[in-house]
Amino acid sequence: MAELTKEPFPPGRYPVIVVGSGPGALQLTYSLTRLGIDHAVISEETAPGGMFRRWPLFQRMLSWTKPYSGFDHASRAYERFDWNSLLADEEGNRGLMPGLMDGTSYFPSRPEMERGLVTFAERTGLRIRFGCRWETTRRDGEDFVLGTTDGEYWAPVVVFAVGVAQPWKPAIPGLEHATAYGELRAAETYADKRVFIIGKQNSGFEIASALLQWARQIVIASPSPTKLSVNTRSLVGVRARYVQPVEDAALAGGVVILDASIESVGRSGGAFKVRTKNARDGAVLEFEADDVIAATGFTSPLRDLPDLGVATFGQSRLPAQTPFWESATRPGAYFAGTIMQGSLGLRKHGIPSNSGAVQGYRYNARVLARHLAESRSGIQVPRAKLQAAEVVPLLLSEASRGPELWHQRSYLARVVILDPDAGLIDDGIVPLAHFTDFGGPDAAAITLESNGRDDPYPALYVRRYGKVSEHLMPPHPLLDFEGPIYREQTESALRDLLSPSLSSTSP
Amino acid sequence: MDVRDDVVDILAGFLLFADLSTPELDRLVELFDEAWFADGERILRQGFSGSGFYVILDGSAVIRIDGVDRSTLRAGDYFGEISCLLGVPPTADIVAVGPLRCVVLPGDQLEHFLVAHPKLMFRLLQGEARKLRSTSKWQS
Repeated sequence: MAELTKEPFPPGRYPVIVVGSGPGALQLTYSLTRLGIDHAVISEETAPGGMFRRWPLFQRMLSWTKPYSGFDHASRAYERFDWNSLLADEEGNRGLMPGLMDGTSYFPSRPEMERGLVTFAERTGLRIRFGCRWETTRRDGEDFVLGTTDGEYWAPVVVFAVGVAQPWKPAIPGLEHATAYGELRAAETYADKRVFIIGKQNSGFEIASALLQWARQIVIASPSPTKLSVNTRSLVGVRARYVQPVEDAALAGGVVILDASIESVGRSGGAFKVRTKNARDGAVLEFEADDVIAATGFTSPLRDLPDLGVATFGQSRLPAQTPFWESATRPGAYFAGTIMQGSLGLRKHGIPSNSGAVQGYRYNARVLARHLAESRSGIQVPRAKLQAAEVVPLLLSEASRGPELWHQRSYLARVVILDPDAGLIDDGIVPLAHFTDFGGPDAAAITLESNGRDDPYPALYVRRYGKVSEHLMPPHPLLDFEGPIYREQTESALRDLLSPSLSSTSP
Repeated sequence: MDVRDDVVDILAGFLLFADLSTPELDRLVELFDEAWFADGERILRQGFSGSGFYVILDGSAVIRIDGVDRSTLRAGDYFGEISCLLGVPPTADIVAVGPLRCVVLPGDQLEHFLVAHPKLMFRLLQGEARKLRSTSKWQS
């Protein structure tokens, strides 16, 4: 840890400042460093890891790392099976997580996840100024000025990677008496208690799962019915790890799952009284409970950024962002880590991106680093030229094995550009919304998509003369998109783009 | 629910939701998500699958067909319902003009939503009738 605690980056002016030291900040500073972009990283914490230094409360992740996948842990294809390792270019620093897990579960424990992040930071030599708390923000000409516990920092570009982990409670009378996620006691102290949990998202079911063997009764309530990820076929809904309370309720084991709004929380002697109203028929029901827990969501600690014009939306107060994760209303303010979920992308079929989770935002960070290099630092990151015959195999190989496309469906795409002068160029990974909405030369983008019913399927977008067309391909039972049907459909969609004369312009 | 606490009050002022009580609106907004779009971003994309039903909370957007702007939508207007009801891609782009704040319901949930709220469905039908009438007048 000696390298990490030397206190680099004293107050002053920097081209770019990153605030935070969770996985989003770690991935971004790694990627910026690899591209040669001068930047500072400051964090109020004392070590890398962000929220994973404390949470999840019940000590195991929701994101898996499969040790055995048929792919080498250092390979790019393995990233599809390892949702937790950060991304490195050097072979020895890739796929670190499986080597740090004890094999008892494919969901890393919280300490294993934290160890993975610290190990990544140490091995890649990341430099972070710890113990430096960002407190205020103001503008000075083109610069942001960050007031911190160590002094003032100036930069024209600031990337805030400060998480979405500030518990939020709705305006329900008496809810201030409820315990928030993060304030819970040890599980065994709930022995023989009647526990009322408000909220049916993963945090509510995580708590219920942990208390199953302790609590006498658990009521889980909110107006909306419980959604399960196995039904939505996405990360929307309660993950399978936390479904046991649903079975307990179905078999009348003592868990009650209620679709009801919470009208008030009151005290009566040593107990709570929770008044609920049924979401269907309006029937009022009152519960007595020993503990009331508010698992009602989290917000992002943006401090005074809204006062500077950073627009936010939704219950989580996420900053509104462009496809490249820049504040849509305050240029120069960017976001990394789980806050990136505020850049919505296409949200086809109502399915959000995975930008709220490590396996999604680690790729966003790499795309953002390249974007900052090219738009802010004048560094042109080289792109490979392609022969026309290479394009279709490249796109279908990416659809079959490209981890960015698998983890960020309908959100990140592999793009091939037809440059009028240079010919066919592999443009790498690009936000799909940028490709579809903001114009550019003739090009093709491939991504994977889901519709909530079928297996994932490839989607090809072709831009010709500024107009983008969508070409959906069928799912494949073995998730192999390199067969004749896919080749024929892709070649047909790209026929105009890949005229034989183009190959002669390539070297 | 992932909408801000001011959404119920905003929706209560729109014609589409005029017949619903505040408790009904409280429960209804649980079904929606909130979305925010920057100037120039597309909300619906002509010819793309998987769209949703949107209600504008704040800001404005244009209806753009084959690159030509046809009309403007403002707070209280809604769009995407035809694509969702028919299960076909939208025939127009909807493009944000300045910052645009909406609530959105995934397309496959619209049928259940309308059946569960018949008064709202009637208001929506009235809106469709008005659109059809103005289109007929425009073509005649």
